[in-house]
Amino acid sequence: MNLLAAIGRTFITFLTNVGRLVLFSAVSVSHCARPPFYFRLIGRQLIDIGYYSLPVVGLTTLFTGMVLALQSYSGFARFNAESAVATVVVLSITRELAPVLAGLMVAGRIGASMAAEIGTMRVTEQIDALTTLSTSPFKYLVVPRLIAGLTMLPILVLIGDMVGVFGGFLIGAYKLGFNPSSYIRSTWEFLEPVDVISGLVKASVFGFLIALMGCYHGYHSRGGAQGVGAATTNSVVSASILILISNYGITDLFVNR
Amino acid sequence: MTDIPKLQFAGVQKRFGSNRVLNGIDLEVMPGESLVVIGGSGSGKSVMLKCVLGLLSPDSGSIKVDGREIIGTNGSERAQVMRKFGMLFQGSALFDSLPVWQNVAFGLIQGRGMEPEPAKAIALEKLAAVGLRDEIGDLYPAELSGGMQKRVSLARAVAAQPEIIFFDEPTTGLDPIMSDVINNLIVKSVRELGATALSITHDMASARKIADRVAMIYQGKIIWQGPIGEIDRSGSDFVDQFINGRAEGPIHMQVRAN
Repeated sequence: MNLLAAIGRTFITFLTNVGRLVLFSAVSVSHCARPPFYFRLIGRQLIDIGYYSLPVVGLTTLFTGMVLALQSYSGFARFNAESAVATVVVLSITRELAPVLAGLMVAGRIGASMAAEIGTMRVTEQIDALTTLSTSPFKYLVVPRLIAGLTMLPILVLIGDMVGVFGGFLIGAYKLGFNPSSYIRSTWEFLEPVDVISGLVKASVFGFLIALMGCYHGYHSRGGAQGVGAATTNSVVSASILILISNYGITDLFVNR
Repeated sequence: MTDIPKLQFAGVQKRFGSNRVLNGIDLEVMPGESLVVIGGSGSGKSVMLKCVLGLLSPDSGSIKVDGREIIGTNGSERAQVMRKFGMLFQGSALFDSLPVWQNVAFGLIQGRGMEPEPAKAIALEKLAAVGLRDEIGDLYPAELSGGMQKRVSLARAVAAQPEIIFFDEPTTGLDPIMSDVINNLIVKSVRELGATALSITHDMASARKIADRVAMIYQGKIIWQGPIGEIDRSGSDFVDQFINGRAEGPIHMQVRAN
């Protein structure tokens, strides 16, 4: 009987949290479309998410492209398909690796800091203070982060695409002995716009999810330092899981279109 | 003085799960009056305040400001009511990402759309009124002592010239001298503005200094109210025990979770 009660309680808690998240998302999105807009805060978030994430995204995609070139070369050499290395690198980077890895890295960097910042504001009553000063916490805190996440991650991924392909090129041309110009030609030969576009659509969705999870967990944090710590962890874990799940969904949409 | 209370609670109830925190609050604050609600920890003081500010929704009852119901209002109607309010939070609740002057001017700039220049001038004037120099305006809240943060918070609460100011435990965490300084500033600010004040505290020295009238809350109900001068002869054992700080009496503090 206790076991059933525990399962029931867990299920109800789960549904409550899902409902709360859906409501939070709906309210946040509705605030995105209504003035006032805090352009200065949006600008600050654009710089925080975009500019300051460049090194981590660049490094991640650079080494991923390099490893991918090495791995695919050593694998494809077994059936004399080394010439496909450039194509495999560019397709893997643009369609999957750049958006997913950039998403996961930004979730760790930005999602955590959003949850910690908003969570601290919650437990120190700064969010209540915003309300009493006739300012909507959604408009002031959540909307700038959602807009920045939605718009900056595709730009980061586009840069990550270029850096990742460049990493593959470096290894291909200077370590594996490919002719540089033929490597570049192979890179372009089978690349279609939809490969890049699907990656950018993913990046947009991931950016939104990262910001949403950071804001949601921060906004609902309770109980001082421990609560803020839990919010930070939950935001990174939930954003990462949602990135992986939604990645499958979006890939399925593009592959089966 | 008009007959319409500036702020009126009638039968306000609020529960969290099975815990009934507000059990039918009935209270009126007249225009220009300073009412202090006293009560122990967990008696429902803060929840009562959060219900007025719209941070919590009561389960039932009515809260009126200037005779108009505010429960259930939202959007522009709620915003209009909020413009009448100023609030000093227990922990100051200053925005740590903004310098002091922007904290004070926040309600003017963000809430009322004032340009930063005139808003800064008002902020510095309000800071001066609470005894803080112009240079303090450029510091960040983390660089200030607790007492200075409280002063900044007071300056922020009065900057937009509210009609009703709420004070949540204004002297908690301050030494007795700084507490008295803050109490004096509260009295001065409220008088200068001609505002109505509702404070909650368990600091009797503070209550005696800033109150015209006192109400005591116990187990989510107002059990006594009267002028501050009558508090020592209230005839209520609950009030006597509380104001004299005795462990023995009708109020039993919960010292362990059951």
